[in-house]
Amino acid sequence: MNKEKYSQMVKEMTPKENRLLNMFIAFFVGGLIGVLATFLFLQLNKIYNEELAVAATLLILITLSAFFTTLGIGDTIFTKCKCGIIIPITGFAHSVASSIIDYKKEGFINMGSNAFKLAGSVILYGVVSAVILTLIKVIINV
Amino acid sequence: MIYLNAFLLCGIICLIGQIILDNTKLTPGHITTIFVIAGAILSCLGLYDYLRDYSLMGSSVPITSFGNALYQAAYTGFLENGFIGMFNNLLSTTSAGISGAIFFGFIFALLFRVRD
Repeated sequence: MNKEKYSQMVKEMTPKENRLLNMFIAFFVGGLIGVLATFLFLQLNKIYNEELAVAATLLILITLSAFFTTLGIGDTIFTKCKCGIIIPITGFAHSVASSIIDYKKEGFINMGSNAFKLAGSVILYGVVSAVILTLIKVIINV
Repeated sequence: MIYLNAFLLCGIICLIGQIILDNTKLTPGHITTIFVIAGAILSCLGLYDYLRDYSLMGSSVPITSFGNALYQAAYTGFLENGFIGMFNNLLSTTSAGISGAIFFGFIFALLFRVRD
């Protein structure tokens, strides 16, 4: 079998994803999370000030995400909703929780050292870009 | 109105992510990292405040807010206490997200029998 035929076969065998549907799901699910967060924020803002209410809302979303991930339902939701749930902070919590769970069998130390396997890049590049951009801004302003 | 704004902003950010995911070979890991850096750049250009005014939670929930919060914390830290202040302040505002994810991920992993 030559290469061309093979690549054609691969193309035919790969399940076609409906991109338009995916886009709609991502938009809708992401939007719903935004609405849920706004609802929680408005309730919590009655007790806490704005800054704390935002933090509390994010904490609730993170807790829910970690909870669903450990129950095993998380992965089904995450593959179905795609970016609608990966881009919000729920995706961050999901990646931490799922890497902790994946290494649970290998003992406590392995669990700890692998906790940031997926979420590490978010923190690393976030910190690096924040520092570089701050320095650029300071230099420009001077 | 406040709900509609949150729905649209959060939805559109997720939609952009989905379009990138479907049309390129980038993994979700790439996309979240790109979004964090994009959030920091938007914040540096002063554009993230407009999103924040449009919808507070719609701009706080997507991962772009992580980049925004890191940059704002670093910059205010630099203005207050210089170079050391920048590093001292850097993770202060994102602390809730990171420590929450670690703590609850760990506790839930211990408490529940994980299904394969």
